Amino acid sequence: MANKIGQSVWAFLDERFMLSKLIAFGGKKTVPEHRHSFWYFFGGICLFLTGIQVATGAMLLLYYTPHIDAAHESVQFIMGGVKFGWLIRSVHSWTANLLIGLIFVHMFSTFFLKAYRKPRELTWVTGFLLLVVFMAFGFSGYLLPWNELSYFATRVGTDIAGSLPFIGKGLKTLILGGPDVSQATLSRFFWFHVALLPLAALALIGIHVLLVQTLGMSKPIGERGKKEIPFFPDFLYKDALGWTLILVVIGVLCVFLPWEVGPKADPMAPTPLGIKPEWYFTFMFTTLKILPAHILSFEGEKLAILGFMAGGLLWMLIPFLDRRTQREERSPLVTWIGLALAAYITVMTVLTYALPKL
Amino acid sequence: MKRRNFVDIFFGGSLLATIAAFVYPVVRYVLPSKRADAVQNSVAAAKAGELPPNTAKVFKFGSAPAVLVNTAEGTLVALSAVCTHLTCTVRYDGETATLFCPCHNGRFDLSGNVLSGPPPRPLETYAVEVSGPDVIVSRKR
Repeated sequence: MANKIGQSVWAFLDERFMLSKLIAFGGKKTVPEHRHSFWYFFGGICLFLTGIQVATGAMLLLYYTPHIDAAHESVQFIMGGVKFGWLIRSVHSWTANLLIGLIFVHMFSTFFLKAYRKPRELTWVTGFLLLVVFMAFGFSGYLLPWNELSYFATRVGTDIAGSLPFIGKGLKTLILGGPDVSQATLSRFFWFHVALLPLAALALIGIHVLLVQTLGMSKPIGERGKKEIPFFPDFLYKDALGWTLILVVIGVLCVFLPWEVGPKADPMAPTPLGIKPEWYFTFMFTTLKILPAHILSFEGEKLAILGFMAGGLLWMLIPFLDRRTQREERSPLVTWIGLALAAYITVMTVLTYALPKL
Repeated sequence: MKRRNFVDIFFGGSLLATIAAFVYPVVRYVLPSKRADAVQNSVAAAKAGELPPNTAKVFKFGSAPAVLVNTAEGTLVALSAVCTHLTCTVRYDGETATLFCPCHNGRFDLSGNVLSGPPPRPLETYAVEVSGPDVIVSRKR
Protein backbone atom coordinates (compact mmCIF):
# COMPACT_ATOMS: atom_id res chain seq x y z
CA MET A 1 0.00 0.00 0.00
CA ALA A 2 2.74 2.44 1.10
CA ASN A 3 4.77 1.39 -1.91
CA LYS A 4 1.87 2.11 -4.24
CA ILE A 5 1.30 5.57 -2.70
CA GLY A 6 5.01 6.29 -3.02
CA GLN A 7 4.97 5.33 -6.68
CA SER A 8 1.95 7.53 -7.36
CA VAL A 9 3.56 10.52 -5.61
CA TRP A 10 6.78 9.91 -7.57
CA ALA A 11 4.85 9.69 -10.86
CA PHE A 12 2.97 12.90 -10.00
CA LEU A 13 6.18 14.82 -9.22
CA ASP A 14 8.11 13.27 -12.12
CA GLU A 15 5.49 14.36 -14.63
CA ARG A 16 5.66 17.95 -13.38
CA PHE A 17 9.38 18.40 -12.56
CA MET A 18 10.90 15.92 -15.10
CA LEU A 19 12.79 14.22 -12.28
CA SER A 20 13.66 11.10 -14.32
CA LYS A 21 15.47 13.27 -16.87
CA LEU A 22 17.35 15.06 -14.10
CA ILE A 23 18.40 11.74 -12.56
CA ALA A 24 19.45 10.44 -15.99
CA PHE A 25 21.55 13.61 -16.46
CA GLY A 26 23.09 13.18 -13.00
CA GLY A 27 23.83 9.53 -13.77
CA LYS A 28 25.80 10.43 -16.89
CA LYS A 29 27.79 13.23 -15.25
CA THR A 30 31.44 12.36 -14.60
CA VAL A 31 34.43 14.07 -13.00
CA PRO A 32 38.03 13.70 -14.26
CA GLU A 33 40.29 11.72 -11.94
CA HIS A 34 44.01 12.61 -11.91
CA ARG A 35 46.76 13.58 -9.44
CA HIS A 36 45.33 17.09 -8.95
CA SER A 37 41.65 16.05 -8.55
CA PHE A 38 41.87 16.77 -4.82
CA TRP A 39 41.49 20.50 -5.53
CA TYR A 40 38.06 19.92 -7.10
CA PHE A 41 36.57 19.41 -3.64
CA PHE A 42 37.10 22.97 -2.45
CA GLY A 43 34.29 24.42 -4.60
CA GLY A 44 31.80 21.97 -3.08
CA ILE A 45 33.03 22.71 0.44
CA CYS A 46 32.58 26.45 -0.15
CA LEU A 47 29.02 25.82 -1.34
CA PHE A 48 28.33 23.68 1.73
CA LEU A 49 29.66 26.40 4.05
CA THR A 50 27.50 28.97 2.26
CA GLY A 51 24.49 26.78 3.11
CA ILE A 52 25.55 26.80 6.79
CA GLN A 53 25.81 30.62 6.67
CA VAL A 54 22.30 30.96 5.23
CA ALA A 55 20.85 28.64 7.87
CA THR A 56 22.66 30.13 10.90
CA GLY A 57 22.21 33.70 9.60
CA ALA A 58 18.46 33.15 9.33
CA MET A 59 18.42 31.83 12.90
CA LEU A 60 20.38 34.81 14.26
CA LEU A 61 17.77 37.15 12.74
CA LEU A 62 15.32 35.85 15.32
CA TYR A 63 17.07 37.67 18.19
CA TYR A 64 19.32 40.30 16.60
CA THR A 65 18.21 43.98 16.78
CA PRO A 66 19.82 46.34 14.24
CA HIS A 67 19.85 49.46 16.44
CA ILE A 68 22.93 51.10 17.97
CA ASP A 69 21.30 51.11 21.42
CA ALA A 70 20.30 47.45 21.22
CA ALA A 71 22.55 45.61 18.74
CA HIS A 72 25.36 44.87 21.19
CA GLU A 73 22.91 43.89 23.91
CA SER A 74 20.99 41.61 21.53
CA VAL A 75 24.22 39.80 20.55
CA GLN A 76 25.12 39.45 24.23
CA PHE A 77 21.65 38.00 24.78
CA ILE A 78 22.19 35.53 21.92
CA MET A 79 25.49 34.45 23.48
CA GLY A 80 24.27 34.22 27.08
CA GLY A 81 20.47 34.20 27.24
CA VAL A 82 19.32 32.08 24.31
CA LYS A 83 19.71 28.32 24.51
CA PHE A 84 22.51 27.32 22.12
CA GLY A 85 22.71 30.94 20.97
CA TRP A 86 26.47 30.86 21.57
CA LEU A 87 26.69 27.85 19.26
CA ILE A 88 24.66 29.33 16.42
CA ARG A 89 26.57 32.64 16.50
CA SER A 90 29.94 30.93 16.85
CA VAL A 91 29.14 28.61 13.93
CA HIS A 92 28.17 31.67 11.86
CA SER A 93 31.36 33.59 12.74
CA TRP A 94 33.79 30.69 12.46
CA THR A 95 32.22 29.47 9.22
CA ALA A 96 32.48 32.98 7.76
CA ASN A 97 36.22 32.98 8.39
CA LEU A 98 36.76 29.43 7.18
CA LEU A 99 34.64 30.12 4.11
CA ILE A 100 36.74 33.11 3.05
CA GLY A 101 39.94 31.16 3.69
CA LEU A 102 38.67 28.25 1.59
CA ILE A 103 37.51 30.58 -1.19
CA PHE A 104 41.12 31.83 -1.32
CA VAL A 105 42.35 28.21 -1.47
CA HIS A 106 39.79 27.40 -4.18
CA MET A 107 40.78 30.50 -6.15
CA PHE A 108 44.53 29.91 -5.98
CA SER A 109 44.16 26.18 -6.80
CA THR A 110 42.04 27.10 -9.84
CA PHE A 111 44.65 29.69 -10.74
CA PHE A 112 47.66 27.37 -10.54
CA LEU A 113 45.82 24.60 -12.43
CA LYS A 114 44.93 27.28 -15.04
CA ALA A 115 41.31 26.14 -14.87
CA TYR A 116 40.28 29.64 -15.95
CA ARG A 117 41.35 29.07 -19.54
CA LYS A 118 38.93 28.99 -22.43
CA PRO A 119 35.97 28.33 -22.25
CA ARG A 120 35.87 28.83 -18.45
CA GLU A 121 36.74 32.54 -18.32
CA LEU A 122 33.36 33.51 -16.89
CA THR A 123 33.53 30.78 -14.25
CA TRP A 124 36.72 32.49 -13.02
CA VAL A 125 35.20 35.99 -13.22
CA THR A 126 32.06 34.98 -11.29
CA GLY A 127 34.28 33.17 -8.77
CA PHE A 128 36.38 36.28 -8.24
CA LEU A 129 33.22 38.40 -7.85
CA LEU A 130 31.99 35.87 -5.29
CA LEU A 131 35.18 36.38 -3.29
CA VAL A 132 34.52 40.14 -3.34
CA VAL A 133 30.89 39.59 -2.30
CA PHE A 134 31.92 37.28 0.56
CA MET A 135 34.53 39.77 1.76
CA ALA A 136 31.77 42.38 1.72
CA PHE A 137 29.63 39.95 3.73
CA GLY A 138 32.48 39.74 6.25
CA PHE A 139 32.94 43.50 6.39
CA SER A 140 29.23 44.26 6.80
CA GLY A 141 28.65 41.45 9.29
CA TYR A 142 31.61 42.56 11.40
CA LEU A 143 29.85 45.83 12.35
CA LEU A 144 26.54 44.26 13.31
CA PRO A 145 27.45 43.43 16.96
CA TRP A 146 28.35 47.16 17.30
CA ASN A 147 31.51 46.54 19.29
CA GLU A 148 34.65 48.63 19.69
CA LEU A 149 36.79 46.79 17.14
CA SER A 150 34.12 46.60 14.47
CA TYR A 151 33.24 50.28 14.91
CA PHE A 152 36.79 51.45 14.18
CA ALA A 153 37.33 48.83 11.48
CA THR A 154 34.27 50.25 9.73
CA ARG A 155 35.58 53.80 10.06
CA VAL A 156 38.91 52.79 8.50
CA GLY A 157 37.33 50.59 5.83
CA THR A 158 34.84 53.16 4.68
CA ASP A 159 37.48 55.87 4.72
CA ILE A 160 39.48 53.72 2.31
CA ALA A 161 36.46 53.81 -0.02
CA GLY A 162 36.27 57.58 0.62
CA SER A 163 39.86 58.02 -0.58
CA LEU A 164 39.03 56.96 -4.13
CA PRO A 165 39.39 59.77 -6.65
CA PHE A 166 36.19 61.42 -8.00
CA ILE A 167 33.62 58.96 -6.57
CA GLY A 168 35.16 58.43 -3.11
CA LYS A 169 33.20 60.99 -1.10
CA GLY A 170 29.84 60.05 -2.62
CA LEU A 171 30.56 56.34 -2.26
CA LYS A 172 31.51 56.73 1.40
CA THR A 173 28.32 58.68 2.13
CA LEU A 174 26.28 56.07 0.27
CA ILE A 175 27.83 53.22 2.28
CA LEU A 176 27.64 55.02 5.64
CA GLY A 177 24.24 56.62 5.06
CA GLY A 178 25.77 59.94 6.20
CA PRO A 179 29.14 61.51 6.99
CA ASP A 180 30.01 59.26 9.98
CA VAL A 181 29.47 55.73 11.27
CA SER A 182 26.05 56.03 12.92
CA GLN A 183 22.64 54.37 13.20
CA ALA A 184 22.21 54.93 9.45
CA THR A 185 25.40 52.91 8.89
CA LEU A 186 24.25 50.03 11.06
CA SER A 187 20.89 49.95 9.23
CA ARG A 188 22.66 49.97 5.86
CA PHE A 189 25.19 47.32 6.83
CA PHE A 190 22.34 45.15 8.10
CA TRP A 191 20.56 45.66 4.78
CA PHE A 192 23.71 44.85 2.80
CA HIS A 193 24.28 41.75 4.92
CA VAL A 194 20.81 40.24 4.85
CA ALA A 195 19.27 41.56 1.63
CA LEU A 196 21.57 43.01 -1.01
CA LEU A 197 24.62 40.73 -0.71
CA PRO A 198 22.57 37.50 -0.44
CA LEU A 199 20.79 38.43 -3.68
CA ALA A 200 24.12 39.15 -5.39
CA ALA A 201 25.61 35.92 -4.01
CA LEU A 202 22.59 33.89 -5.12
CA ALA A 203 22.82 35.23 -8.68
CA LEU A 204 26.60 34.73 -8.89
CA ILE A 205 26.53 31.25 -7.33
CA GLY A 206 23.72 30.33 -9.76
CA ILE A 207 25.80 31.38 -12.78
CA HIS A 208 29.02 29.87 -11.35
CA VAL A 209 27.46 26.47 -10.63
CA LEU A 210 25.57 26.45 -13.93
CA LEU A 211 28.85 27.07 -15.79
CA VAL A 212 30.58 24.30 -13.83
CA GLN A 213 27.71 21.94 -14.68
CA THR A 214 27.54 22.79 -18.37
CA LEU A 215 31.30 23.01 -19.02
CA GLY A 216 32.37 20.29 -16.59
CA MET A 217 35.57 20.27 -14.53
CA SER A 218 38.74 21.58 -16.19
CA LYS A 219 41.71 19.26 -16.60
CA PRO A 220 45.20 20.70 -16.05
CA ILE A 221 47.21 21.52 -19.19
CA GLY A 222 49.04 18.45 -20.47
CA GLU A 223 46.92 16.02 -18.45
CA ARG A 224 46.51 13.09 -20.81
CA GLY A 225 44.76 10.65 -18.48
CA LYS A 226 41.21 9.83 -19.54
CA LYS A 227 40.06 8.37 -16.22
CA GLU A 228 36.71 9.68 -15.05
CA ILE A 229 34.59 8.84 -12.03
CA PRO A 230 30.79 9.14 -11.85
CA PHE A 231 29.63 12.35 -10.13
CA PHE A 232 26.81 10.43 -8.47
CA PRO A 233 27.47 8.72 -6.15
CA ASP A 234 31.32 8.45 -6.17
CA PHE A 235 32.32 12.13 -6.29
CA LEU A 236 29.39 13.19 -4.11
CA TYR A 237 30.37 10.69 -1.41
CA LYS A 238 33.92 12.05 -1.38
CA ASP A 239 32.48 15.59 -1.30
CA ALA A 240 30.27 14.61 1.65
CA LEU A 241 33.33 13.28 3.48
CA GLY A 242 34.97 16.71 3.08
CA TRP A 243 31.81 18.41 4.37
CA THR A 244 31.72 16.13 7.39
CA LEU A 245 35.38 16.86 8.20
CA ILE A 246 34.89 20.62 7.95
CA LEU A 247 31.76 20.35 10.10
CA VAL A 248 33.83 18.61 12.78
CA VAL A 249 36.46 21.37 12.59
CA ILE A 250 33.74 24.04 12.99
CA GLY A 251 32.21 22.17 15.92
CA VAL A 252 35.57 21.89 17.71
CA LEU A 253 36.37 25.59 17.12
CA CYS A 254 32.95 26.70 18.42
CA VAL A 255 33.14 24.59 21.56
CA PHE A 256 36.70 25.53 22.50
CA LEU A 257 36.82 29.06 21.11
CA PRO A 258 33.30 30.54 21.12
CA TRP A 259 33.21 33.87 19.25
CA GLU A 260 33.60 36.90 21.54
CA VAL A 261 31.24 39.87 21.62
CA GLY A 262 33.81 42.48 22.80
CA PRO A 263 33.06 45.81 24.51
CA LYS A 264 30.28 48.00 23.12
CA ALA A 265 31.34 50.67 20.62
CA ASP A 266 31.80 54.19 21.97
CA PRO A 267 32.17 56.68 19.11
CA MET A 268 33.80 59.22 21.45
CA ALA A 269 36.42 56.86 22.92
CA PRO A 270 40.01 56.72 21.63
CA THR A 271 40.74 53.86 19.26
CA PRO A 272 41.76 50.78 21.31
CA LEU A 273 45.41 49.73 21.12
CA GLY A 274 46.29 46.76 18.93
CA ILE A 275 43.32 47.24 16.62
CA LYS A 276 43.30 45.29 13.38
CA PRO A 277 40.64 44.14 10.93
CA GLU A 278 39.56 40.56 10.21
CA TRP A 279 42.55 38.47 9.06
CA TYR A 280 41.52 38.50 5.38
CA PHE A 281 41.90 42.27 5.22
CA THR A 282 45.20 42.39 7.13
CA PHE A 283 47.47 42.20 4.07
CA MET A 284 45.97 45.50 2.90
CA PHE A 285 45.97 46.89 6.46
CA THR A 286 49.71 46.22 6.93
CA THR A 287 50.53 47.59 3.47
CA LEU A 288 48.76 50.83 4.42
CA LYS A 289 50.73 50.88 7.67
CA ILE A 290 54.19 50.55 6.14
CA LEU A 291 53.74 52.85 3.18
CA PRO A 292 55.11 56.38 3.71
CA ALA A 293 52.72 59.36 3.92
CA HIS A 294 53.78 60.55 0.47
CA ILE A 295 55.18 58.71 -2.54
CA LEU A 296 56.44 61.29 -5.06
CA SER A 297 53.65 63.85 -4.99
CA PHE A 298 50.86 61.36 -4.19
CA GLU A 299 49.46 60.39 -0.80
CA GLY A 300 50.78 56.89 -0.01
CA GLU A 301 47.37 55.65 1.14
CA LYS A 302 45.61 56.75 -2.07
CA LEU A 303 48.27 55.19 -4.22
CA ALA A 304 47.99 51.90 -2.31
CA ILE A 305 44.20 51.84 -2.65
CA LEU A 306 44.42 52.49 -6.39
CA GLY A 307 47.07 49.75 -6.56
CA PHE A 308 44.77 47.25 -4.81
CA MET A 309 41.92 48.09 -7.18
CA ALA A 310 44.08 47.86 -10.30
CA GLY A 311 45.59 44.59 -9.03
CA GLY A 312 42.15 43.13 -8.33
CA LEU A 313 40.93 44.10 -11.80
CA LEU A 314 43.95 42.51 -13.50
CA TRP A 315 43.50 39.39 -11.37
CA MET A 316 39.85 39.14 -12.44
CA LEU A 317 40.80 39.55 -16.10
CA ILE A 318 43.66 37.03 -16.03
CA PRO A 319 41.84 34.50 -18.30
CA PHE A 320 41.77 37.11 -21.04
CA LEU A 321 45.35 38.31 -20.44
CA ASP A 322 47.03 34.91 -20.24
CA ARG A 323 47.31 34.22 -24.00
CA ARG A 324 49.49 31.13 -23.68
CA THR A 325 46.95 29.07 -21.72
CA GLN A 326 44.33 30.02 -24.30
CA ARG A 327 46.46 28.01 -26.73
CA GLU A 328 46.74 25.16 -24.17
CA GLU A 329 50.41 26.05 -23.54
CA ARG A 330 52.01 26.37 -20.13
CA SER A 331 52.50 29.95 -18.90
CA PRO A 332 55.26 30.01 -16.26
CA LEU A 333 55.27 33.83 -16.04
CA VAL A 334 51.62 33.87 -14.94
CA THR A 335 52.36 31.08 -12.45
CA TRP A 336 55.20 33.18 -10.98
CA ILE A 337 52.89 36.20 -10.72
CA GLY A 338 50.39 34.04 -8.83
CA LEU A 339 53.12 32.73 -6.53
CA ALA A 340 54.34 36.27 -5.86
CA LEU A 341 50.80 37.39 -5.01
CA ALA A 342 50.22 34.39 -2.72
CA ALA A 343 53.58 35.07 -1.00
CA TYR A 344 52.76 38.80 -0.61
CA ILE A 345 49.35 38.07 0.96
CA THR A 346 50.85 35.41 3.27
CA VAL A 347 53.85 37.51 4.38
CA MET A 348 51.76 40.63 5.02
CA THR A 349 49.15 38.63 6.95
CA VAL A 350 51.81 36.93 9.10
CA LEU A 351 53.57 40.28 9.69
CA THR A 352 50.32 41.77 11.02
CA TYR A 353 50.31 39.27 13.86
CA ALA A 354 54.06 38.71 14.29
CA LEU A 355 55.08 42.38 14.30
CA PRO A 356 52.06 44.40 15.46
CA LYS A 357 54.24 47.47 16.15
CA LEU A 358 55.56 47.54 12.59
CA MET B 1 8.57 58.70 -40.89
CA LYS B 2 7.09 55.28 -41.42
CA ARG B 3 4.27 54.26 -39.16
CA ARG B 4 6.26 51.23 -37.92
CA ASN B 5 9.25 53.42 -36.95
CA PHE B 6 6.97 55.82 -35.12
CA VAL B 7 5.39 52.96 -33.17
CA ASP B 8 8.85 51.52 -32.35
CA ILE B 9 10.08 54.87 -31.04
CA PHE B 10 6.84 55.52 -29.19
CA PHE B 11 6.80 52.15 -27.42
CA GLY B 12 10.58 52.08 -26.91
CA GLY B 13 10.44 55.56 -25.36
CA SER B 14 7.49 54.57 -23.19
CA LEU B 15 9.36 51.53 -21.97
CA LEU B 16 12.43 53.60 -21.10
CA ALA B 17 10.27 56.19 -19.32
CA THR B 18 8.55 53.41 -17.35
CA ILE B 19 11.91 51.92 -16.32
CA ALA B 20 13.17 55.38 -15.32
CA ALA B 21 9.98 55.95 -13.30
CA PHE B 22 10.78 52.80 -11.31
CA VAL B 23 14.53 53.30 -11.02
CA TYR B 24 14.55 56.99 -10.04
CA PRO B 25 12.60 56.66 -6.75
CA VAL B 26 14.68 53.57 -5.84
CA VAL B 27 17.97 55.44 -6.40
CA ARG B 28 16.74 58.48 -4.47
CA TYR B 29 15.55 56.22 -1.66
CA VAL B 30 18.94 54.51 -1.38
CA LEU B 31 21.00 57.73 -1.48
CA PRO B 32 21.12 59.30 2.00
CA SER B 33 19.30 62.63 2.26
CA LYS B 34 21.54 65.62 2.81
CA ARG B 35 21.41 67.01 6.31
CA ALA B 36 22.84 70.43 6.96
CA ASP B 37 25.27 69.78 9.82
CA ALA B 38 25.24 72.75 12.14
CA VAL B 39 28.89 73.76 12.61
CA GLN B 40 29.68 74.03 16.30
CA ASN B 41 32.34 76.67 16.94
CA SER B 42 32.95 76.17 20.63
CA VAL B 43 32.17 73.68 23.35
CA ALA B 44 32.70 73.27 27.09
CA ALA B 45 35.16 70.37 26.88
CA ALA B 46 35.84 69.84 30.59
CA LYS B 47 35.63 71.44 34.03
CA ALA B 48 38.61 73.54 35.09
CA GLY B 49 40.96 71.35 37.14
CA GLU B 50 39.25 68.15 35.95
CA LEU B 51 42.34 66.86 34.15
CA PRO B 52 45.45 66.04 36.20
CA PRO B 53 48.78 66.96 34.53
CA ASN B 54 49.92 64.66 31.68
CA THR B 55 46.43 63.29 31.01
CA ALA B 56 43.88 63.81 28.26
CA LYS B 57 40.18 63.57 27.57
CA VAL B 58 38.33 62.85 24.33
CA PHE B 59 35.22 65.00 23.94
CA LYS B 60 32.59 65.58 21.28
CA PHE B 61 33.14 68.68 19.16
CA GLY B 62 30.35 69.06 16.59
CA SER B 63 29.87 65.54 15.29
CA ALA B 64 33.52 64.47 15.63
CA PRO B 65 35.78 63.57 18.55
CA ALA B 66 38.44 66.04 19.76
CA VAL B 67 41.06 65.68 22.46
CA LEU B 68 41.92 68.02 25.33
CA VAL B 69 45.38 67.48 26.80
CA ASN B 70 46.70 68.87 30.07
CA THR B 71 50.47 68.70 29.51
CA ALA B 72 52.97 67.74 32.22
CA GLU B 73 53.68 71.49 32.56
CA GLY B 74 49.99 72.18 33.11
CA THR B 75 49.21 73.78 29.73
CA LEU B 76 45.87 72.93 28.15
CA VAL B 77 45.90 72.14 24.41
CA ALA B 78 43.07 70.89 22.21
CA LEU B 79 43.19 69.19 18.84
CA SER B 80 40.98 67.21 16.53
CA ALA B 81 41.12 63.54 17.57
CA VAL B 82 40.39 62.32 14.05
CA CYS B 83 43.56 60.88 12.50
CA THR B 84 44.21 62.40 9.08
CA HIS B 85 45.17 59.00 7.67
CA LEU B 86 42.01 56.90 7.91
CA THR B 87 39.90 58.70 10.55
CA CYS B 88 40.57 56.55 13.63
CA THR B 89 40.40 58.36 16.98
CA VAL B 90 43.86 59.20 18.34
CA ARG B 91 44.81 58.63 21.99
CA TYR B 92 47.20 60.52 24.27
CA ASP B 93 50.47 58.76 25.09
CA GLY B 94 51.66 60.26 28.40
CA GLU B 95 55.14 58.67 28.20
CA THR B 96 56.10 60.52 25.05
CA ALA B 97 53.60 63.40 25.37
CA THR B 98 52.34 62.65 21.85
CA LEU B 99 49.08 61.63 20.23
CA PHE B 100 49.09 58.11 18.85
CA CYS B 101 46.76 56.46 16.33
CA PRO B 102 46.65 52.69 16.97
CA CYS B 103 45.12 51.88 13.57
CA HIS B 104 48.27 52.38 11.47
CA ASN B 105 50.73 53.65 14.11
CA GLY B 106 50.59 57.35 13.19
CA ARG B 107 52.06 59.75 15.78
CA PHE B 108 51.51 63.51 16.23
CA ASP B 109 53.05 66.11 18.55
CA LEU B 110 50.82 68.36 20.65
CA SER B 111 50.91 71.03 17.92
CA GLY B 112 49.27 68.49 15.62
CA ASN B 113 52.36 67.91 13.46
CA VAL B 114 52.99 64.41 12.11
CA LEU B 115 56.00 62.86 13.85
CA SER B 116 55.90 59.40 12.24
CA GLY B 117 53.67 56.95 10.39
CA PRO B 118 51.42 57.32 7.37
CA PRO B 119 49.18 60.33 8.25
CA PRO B 120 49.49 62.80 5.36
CA ARG B 121 48.40 65.98 7.19
CA PRO B 122 48.66 67.53 10.68
CA LEU B 123 45.75 67.45 13.14
CA GLU B 124 43.62 70.58 13.38
CA THR B 125 44.35 72.53 16.56
CA TYR B 126 41.80 74.47 18.60
CA ALA B 127 41.93 77.46 20.93
CA VAL B 128 41.53 76.70 24.65
CA GLU B 129 40.30 79.14 27.26
CA VAL B 130 39.35 78.66 30.90
CA SER B 131 36.15 80.56 31.48
CA GLY B 132 34.88 80.36 35.06
CA PRO B 133 34.35 76.68 35.93
CA ASP B 134 34.59 75.48 32.31
CA VAL B 135 37.36 74.80 29.81
CA ILE B 136 36.08 76.20 26.52
CA VAL B 137 37.50 74.88 23.27
CA SER B 138 36.85 76.84 20.09
CA ARG B 139 37.76 76.66 16.42
CA LYS B 140 40.51 79.05 15.40
CA ARG B 141 39.35 81.73 12.98
